[in-house]
Parts: sequence; C-alpha cells; structure tokens
Amino acid sequence: MTNIPETGRTPRVQIRLVIMQVLVVSLLMTLGGRLWYLQVRNGEEYAKEASGNHVQQVVQPAVRGSILDARGVPLADNETRLVVSASRTDLMKMKDDGKGVLTKLAGVLGMKPKDVMDKVRLCNAETPQPCWNGSPYQPIPITDEATPRQALQIRERSEDFPGITAEPTAVRRYPSPGEANTAQVLGYLSPVTDEEIEKAKDSDSPYLRSDQVGRSGLERAYDKELRGKAGVTRYEVDNLGRVIGQAKPDEAEPGANLVTSIDARVQRVAEYELNEAMKAARKEFDDNTNENYKADSGAVVVMEAKTGRVVAMASNPTYDPNAWVGGISGKDYARLTGKDSNYPLLNRAIQGQAAPGSIFKVVPTAAAINAGYAFDGNYDCSSSYSIGGQVFKNFESQSYGPISLGRALEVSCDTVFYRLSHQEWLKDGGMKPKKDAKDWFYKTAHQFGLGQETGIDLPNEVSGRIPDRQWKKDYWEANKDAWCKSGKKDGSYAEKIAYENCLEGNRLRAGDSVNYSIGQGDTLVTPIQMATIYAAISNGGTLYDPTVGKAVISPDGKSIQEIKPKAHGKLPMSQKTRDEMDQALAGVATRGTAAWRFGGWPQDRIPMHAKTGTAEVYGKQTTSWFATYTKDYTVVMTISQGGTGSGASGPAVRKIYNAIYGLDEDGKQDLKKALLPEPEKSLPKIESDGSIDAPKIETYDPSKEEKASEEGQQAGDDQQLPAGTTPSPEASNRDTRRRSGRRGSTGGRGPGGRGPGGRVRRRRTT
Amino acid sequence: MSGTNGFSVSGYGPERSAWARLIARDSLVRRLDWPMLLSSLLLSLIGTALVFSATRNRTELNQGDPYYFLFRHLLNTGIGLALMIGTIWLGHRTLRTAVPILYGVSVFLVLLVLTPVGATINGAHAWIRLGGGFSLQPSEFVKITIILGMAMLLAARVDAGDKDHPDHRTVVQALGLAAVPIMIVMLMPDLGSVMVMAMIVLGVLLASGASNRWVFGLLGAGAAGAVAVWQLGVLDEYQINRFAAFANPELDPAGVGYNTNQARIAIGSGGLTGTGLFHGSQTTGQFVPEQQTDFVFTVAGEELGFLGAGLIIVLLGVVLWRACRIARETTELYGTIVAAGIIAWFAFQSFENIGMTLGIMPVAGLPLPFVSYGGSSMFAVWVAIGLLQSIRVQRPMSA
Repeated sequence: MTNIPETGRTPRVQIRLVIMQVLVVSLLMTLGGRLWYLQVRNGEEYAKEASGNHVQQVVQPAVRGSILDARGVPLADNETRLVVSASRTDLMKMKDDGKGVLTKLAGVLGMKPKDVMDKVRLCNAETPQPCWNGSPYQPIPITDEATPRQALQIRERSEDFPGITAEPTAVRRYPSPGEANTAQVLGYLSPVTDEEIEKAKDSDSPYLRSDQVGRSGLERAYDKELRGKAGVTRYEVDNLGRVIGQAKPDEAEPGANLVTSIDARVQRVAEYELNEAMKAARKEFDDNTNENYKADSGAVVVMEAKTGRVVAMASNPTYDPNAWVGGISGKDYARLTGKDSNYPLLNRAIQGQAAPGSIFKVVPTAAAINAGYAFDGNYDCSSSYSIGGQVFKNFESQSYGPISLGRALEVSCDTVFYRLSHQEWLKDGGMKPKKDAKDWFYKTAHQFGLGQETGIDLPNEVSGRIPDRQWKKDYWEANKDAWCKSGKKDGSYAEKIAYENCLEGNRLRAGDSVNYSIGQGDTLVTPIQMATIYAAISNGGTLYDPTVGKAVISPDGKSIQEIKPKAHGKLPMSQKTRDEMDQALAGVATRGTAAWRFGGWPQDRIPMHAKTGTAEVYGKQTTSWFATYTKDYTVVMTISQGGTGSGASGPAVRKIYNAIYGLDEDGKQDLKKALLPEPEKSLPKIESDGSIDAPKIETYDPSKEEKASEEGQQAGDDQQLPAGTTPSPEASNRDTRRRSGRRGSTGGRGPGGRGPGGRVRRRRTT
Repeated sequence: MSGTNGFSVSGYGPERSAWARLIARDSLVRRLDWPMLLSSLLLSLIGTALVFSATRNRTELNQGDPYYFLFRHLLNTGIGLALMIGTIWLGHRTLRTAVPILYGVSVFLVLLVLTPVGATINGAHAWIRLGGGFSLQPSEFVKITIILGMAMLLAARVDAGDKDHPDHRTVVQALGLAAVPIMIVMLMPDLGSVMVMAMIVLGVLLASGASNRWVFGLLGAGAAGAVAVWQLGVLDEYQINRFAAFANPELDPAGVGYNTNQARIAIGSGGLTGTGLFHGSQTTGQFVPEQQTDFVFTVAGEELGFLGAGLIIVLLGVVLWRACRIARETTELYGTIVAAGIIAWFAFQSFENIGMTLGIMPVAGLPLPFVSYGGSSMFAVWVAIGLLQSIRVQRPMSA
C-alpha cells in the first residue's frame, strides 16, 4: 500500500514480493488453463474413455440352429438339459461370499459342498481343476444334469437361493433318426480357441469361452448361419468388478435351421447297405493276394440327377458324432484320429480318392467322339493290345471282335480304348509332343470336371488328379531325386519303376496313355466327382455343384433362403452323343457287365443305367466302383480293397434303388413302401414358435424285416394285386438276362502295364 | 506477554462488553482477513464433500461406515480452526520466542519417524502411529518450524534496525537450520515434502532480502544436484520412469502411469459442469487410487466439472493473493518472511498436487491444502492461516 514502513522494507524485498505474487498468479493460471483444456476442449474424448473403462459384457449363448433332412427330420438338434448356475457377482455381495447358499445348493443337488465351491472359484495359476475359466460375470454352471425336481426346488425357493438359477439350456445332439448317423456329412463342433475369441472380440457376435464352433461337415460349412447371434448384456462395474449399473441387453438371436437334401431314410439304407456290402466283401477270397478282401473303407453317394442335390452320402468306417458333444475325451479322440483308427472322420465320398477303373470310360468315349471318331464305328476289341513288345491285355483276355463304342462301354472292352488313346498320343507327337497337341483324352477329362473340386458345400473336398503332360512334368520335378537314387535297372519291380521314372518320368509315355484310357495308373477321382458326372449324363449334360444344404430357414420359419442348384459346366458332348451313351449305359444294366445285378429290374418304367469299375492299385487289392443312374437319381458306390465293381458294390446299389422306388427283389413296385419315388421338392414347414412337424421314421433293417415278413408275405402279395399292379411279364426274361452277364467286372492293368494273373469268378448268387 | 494484551492492540478506552469489543471497528475480529478465512473454510467444506464422495463406497477403508471420512474431515477442519484461533490468540510474536522449542520438538518428531516408531502408510515412511486410528505426519509441522526458524534468524538483525539485509553468516545459519530436517525427511524418503521444503527455503530467502548471489546460488545448486543425481545413476531406472510417467504413462503403466491416466480420464470426463456430486463413474468405480487424499482434485474434476474444479483454484488463488498482500503490508521483516514462506509452501504444494492430476507435474505424494483428507496436513495449513492472520492483525493500522 502507500505507507512505506520504516523498518525492514527495502525496495529489494518489495520487488521480490511482487515477483512472487506474479509467479503465484501465473502458476494458478497455468492450472486453470490446463483444466480448461482437459475438461472443456477434450472433455468428450475422456468421457468416452471413462465409459469404456467400466463396461463389462456378459454374453448369453445363442441356441444353435438344427440341421434337418429334406422332410424336416432333425439330423442335428439341441437337447434341453437343466443347467444350474451360480452368479459370482451376486454371491460375492453376500457377507460370507455365498458359502451358505452354495452349501444349501449342494444339499439340493446331492453334491458335496466342497465340489460346488470348487466349481465356482476362479482359475488361476495355483488353482487346480475344477475351477471356472470363463468371465467372472458369466453365470457359472454347477451341473447340467439337474432333475426337474431339483430345478423346481431351487426356483420355488428363490429367496433361499439368491444368485442361483436353474435354466433349461440347449446342448447339441445328433439323434441319428432311424439310425442314419450321417456323421461325416454333419461334422462336429469343438470348443472355440483363444485365437478365435480374440479375433471375434469386437465383432457383433463375440464368442464365449464355452462356445462351440463347427469343425467339419455341415456344422462348419454353415457355421455362420447355424450359430445365430449371442446376446450381450452390458454391466457397468467398478475397478474391483462389482456391478454398479446395467444397460439394456441385446437379446440372443437363435441360429437358423439348415434344411438339407438328405433323406434320413435313404441315408440309413445307404449306410446300412454299404456296411453290409463291405462285410460281404470281407468274406470273399482274393486270388491275387491269397487272402480275403480287406474292404477297409467305402463310400456311397445318392444324388438327385437333375439338381446335384445329395440325398444320401455315407462313408465307412464311421463314428458316433455324439462323441464330440460336451467335449471329446482323450480316449475317444485317439480312437477317431489315431494311426490305427483308419480315420473314420474322413468323408470318403469327397475326401477319398482312387483310380476310377472302368467307370471312367465315359470320359474317353466322349473324348474319342470329340477327336473325330464315330460312335457307331467299328473298333477292334482284341484280346490284347501291344506297343513295342509291351502287351496290354483286355480283361481276362476276352475278344469281342469289331464293335461300336457303345458296345465297348457295355462289355467294358479295354483294348478299344487302349488303341484310341494310343493313336491320339501318336498323333499328338508321342514322346515329343507337338506344340498344338490336342490332348483330347486329357482335355475332355478336365471338361468333365475331373482334377478339380466339384464345389460341394462341405469343407476340405479333394480334387483328384488327371495325369496329363503338365502333371507328369511337375510330378517328376518333385520326385526325380528320390527316383534316381532308388532306381535300379535290374532291381525289384519297384526299383525298375523308379529307374524308368527317373529316366523319362517327365514325359507322357505310350503306356501312360494306355493305362489312363481306362482310368488306371495315376488317375484319381472322388466318388462325388463321379456322381456329378453320371448325374450330368442323366440330366442331359449339366454338371451341377453338388449340394447338401437345400435351404436356410430362420428359427421362426418366416425367412426362407433357398440354396438353388448351381451348375459349373456342361459335359463336352452333343445331345446325340449323350443319347447314344445313355443307351449304352442302359445296355450295361440290361445285357452288359452289370446286368447280373439288375435281374428283374423294371427297365421299361424305371430305366436303369450303370457302369462297373474295378481299379487296380499297386500293392493293394482292387477298388470296387459302381456308378448308376435313373432319370431322377445317381448312385455311385466305391469300396476300397473290396473286389470288383458289380461284385462287391452291385447288390448294395440295387438295394438302395429298391428302397427308393419301393421295389422288391423281383422288381415289383409298391409305392407305399417307396421311400422317395421322386425327389423331395417341398421344404419342411417350420412354425413361428420354432417347432417342426417332422414325420416319424422307422429304422431300415432288412434282417429283421425278413423274419417279420415271412408270415405276412402271402397276404401282402394278395392285397397288392387288386391295387392295379400287374406282375411284370418281363420278369421271367430278366432271369435269363441275369445269366448273360458273365463277368464280375472289367479290369485294368498295373502301373507297369503288366496284367494281373487269374481273377476270381464271383459267385452269382444274389 | 499475556494473551489479553495480544488480543487487543488498542489498549485504551473504557471497558466494553465482549460482544461490543468483538464488533468494534478496531477489534481484532474486524481486522481479520475475512476473504482468506472464508476461502479457506469453503475449501475445507468442499473437501469434505469430495472426500465423502470418494470414500462412501470404499468399505475396505471406511469400516462399513460411509460417513466415517466425512466426520473425520469435518473434525479435522474444526481442530484446524481451533489451532488457527489459538495461533492468532498467541500471536506470531509470542510464537517467535518459542521458535527454538517448536523447532526442536518438530525435528525430534521427524527423527522419530526414522526409528521403529515410524510407520509406512501408502508407501511413504513418514508417519508416527498414535494409536486409536490416529497417526501423525511430522514433516507437515516441520514445514512451519523451518519457516519460523529461518525467519527468526534472518529477521533478527534487520528488525532490530542493525542492517538492511541479512548478512552471509546469518544466511548460512538459516540454511543450516533448514537443512537438518530436510535431510532427515529425505532419508524417509519423502521426496514430495523435500521439494516443498526446498521451495519454502527459496521463498524465505527471497523475502528476507538476502543477496541475489544466495538466491541464484541456491537455484544453481539445486539444478546441479538434480543433474548429478541423474548422471551418476543414483536413481534406478524405475525411479526415473516413475518420475517421468506423468508425461508418458507408458513408462510405468501399472504404477504411477495408471494413476496419471485414470486421473486424467476422471477429470477430462467431467466436462464443463461435471457429472454431479456422487455421480462420477470414475469416482464411484474407484478407478483412481488415493482419491480422498493426494488425488482428491479428480473428484472435483469429474463430479463438479470445470466450474467446480476451477472454483477450487480460484479459492486457493484468493488465499494466496491475500497472503501476498499481508506479506507486502506488514512492517516487520519477520512477518514478511513468514508470510512468504507460507506462500511458497501453499503455492507450490497446490500447483504440484493439482498439476500431477492434470498430467503436467510428476506424481508426488502431497496433499491439496484444506481439501485433501489428512489430519496433520489440515492442522498445519490452519496453523499457517493463523500465522498469516496474526501477522495481519498485529501490524499497525494503516489508517
């Protein structure tokens, strides 16, 4: 102020005091400025960060959609189990941390209090199992096997059990309707991995730690549709995790239902008959190896010829998909995937590949036409064909003289195709291919869709292989070192092959083209590829992507998303060639190699077309192939190390058709017994409450039926006649035709072009 | 000198009733610095609300009684007020004679902390437990005795009229007097208090009129010391990281960095008007550690917003501004030095405390005067207010 005191107030001190005051004011203004910057300028940003700080999500799992067969019969659905869970957040609010409640609960459930408390504790490095590994905000399941009585006790006395819930919860189930287990097609679920949780963390459908994800088959292919959307409740929590608020929950949306084109009844027949055929094959003696056939694996595909939809797909060996439910045990896992397991998880219809043998012959037939040969020309079906001293024999060295291509298909004459393929090979320049080599036989195979996936809606399909020039070259590049090391000019068979391969394995040799022409050698196909091709021949030439899924229907049945058949190509042949080939394949079933398996077949009403195949694999027994079609269906069966095509697979395929069309052994049709005389066109109805009106299914078991029908057979026949079904007059003719098929199958030659020695004659008994 | 004499300086006139004397124009009560007093009181009351908001859910701290901290803070404020009144009653001149005793007692208490009697609370070994849930932080009182002791030495010759400025010898003595307790506190170690004391020493030296060489010498020595500590690797890397974490929380994400980050989120999310008292999610969720003590400002920032938190700064500004006036207007150098010491103390401690919650100062365990929960700190600042008031009422009337 104004009065300068007389003591101690020097200007120096006065100035310093002013400086101090200025300093103090500027410090406070700094604070004020910074405060304004944080709160007013950037306030919103921090507010957002603050709200993210304390929101915890609790996820309610969505109920997984069912997988239905074409008529609505569930192949995979959910079973309701009563799950009793405890909410940790509620328990921790209690004075004794919920010990009293848990002890009471243990009493109701008949468990030991310690076991219950162990289940509720959180896992950490020192805590041994059992402990809860999931989010502490998630209700922790105590048991999933509560009885309704226990659940009622808990619910009615909810004031005694705060924080405890007893809720029915959905658990995956594979019911195997009519014992059709469809295992490999359905696939399985297994727990979600940490990586997947991390990846889906911020998506609109985050995983729970307890979540299951489709790992193979339809469960994997349609995982997204089946999964649904998990519900999320957001809780506001404090830094110790105590709940202090709750936001509006997003309800869980159950997954959609997948309707497949599978017919559970036909599936059961296919599985049953495949298994029976393999059992029967194991009783047959193989002269080549001097032991019974191993019949170690097999597959059968039943497909709608006009759409590519799969009606049945069986793979053997098989397994029970319920083994995966609730976590697979180590023992089960080893049984399914171990070295000695024979890999039942593989779907051999799409993942098993083998040389096709003579069912391949439709490809070289089309190739020959495309190369300019006439279908009705005369081709010498000699007993053997030799190239430079190497003799390629016809099957059992039989000779048919000059025949047409159609007849060559019927009797499965190898030498006709040897000759054509070899001629084309020479035309293309032989060992020194021309630049514009036509490669008709290989090009046509690619156009048939071989050597590439069919695009079926199942994961991990394999592509097979067409051993063309390019493949030979690539394969040689990859293997020449090994071949040249182990190859010996005068060594064992394998060493000689290696020696040859080392020298000229990069080239397409004459012998290669000969072997290839009858589907032997390095050719590999899958059953689904062959089914696609034979279905295309049946439907006029369209190669459809095979599909198992037919429609995705929302849980309330309101939204129906149909999966339409999609074509991936046309067969490279004219309609005329198609018709000629169709006739020839009908001839196979009536007077050719498969005729003895179709005795009594009503060919006039249900024209049957077939092709047999017996493929040789070095060091193994022959692979049985049987490809057939009618106007509506294609059935392809294969049995590895099972013997001949018609011999091992024939009866089973016939029985599958019998079941589909309701035919008896003599070819009499009873439409009431027919499982699917025409492909299923409509979709099953799903009500708005999610219920599905599925028909009941009886288990197909001919061994039981036979016994039961013995007594009632007479009556049944009598009743059938007035219904307007007259016994076919051709039935007797067929009996004689049955005898005309004299051979069990056609055959091919080994990799070195050597023919097999003798071949066992099949017993003709049916 | 008797207390009555100290209470009234007018010393003449007829006997008046107590009330008349209290409201008389020249009465002590009328001459108190009311803006400072009311600001301090308001700060303490705001502090009560903030401490309550921060602790009502902390069952692990409040022993199940949500009002535990509310009552304790009010009680501390009441005791503080009583101490202030007592200080005014005695008068700073009376206290001047008792300085050697007070100094001795406070240094003894600080030393006691280093013995097994001392206790560690919240990572600082700076406490003496008294039992019954009470504990004492002697370093808070040392701040006062350093100010009083240095002022006594530095002002003695000047106030006696012998000299214009304290001579070098006196300055050395005064520095020595401050150095003893500072060294002890450094051994605890309570670096926050050491920083405050260093600032007090600086403020005291400035106000004493000691030569510029001392002031700049001291500043230079401080800087050189810091560089030496840095370069010689006396500190471990984690200690350096802790220090620097206010600028880059990544350096110590689980420790100081976490505090800094959460504090900044709390304050930032308050916006202009705040979430409302008791409605801050950062506060309710207890994301900011030590929120009732060192980080009490974050409660104001989140729940009262810019307006409420700004008010705290303004009130502190009022206290400091009035203190500056008192420092400038008093006639004795002793009073000037004491006031300047208190200004340096309050100003630096407030700036450091609020600055660390705003992320512009390193984190140090210092309470916000009046607002933070804590008895020793509350008592010390109210005694300081008493000293300032006493300096004001005992100067000759300007009229």
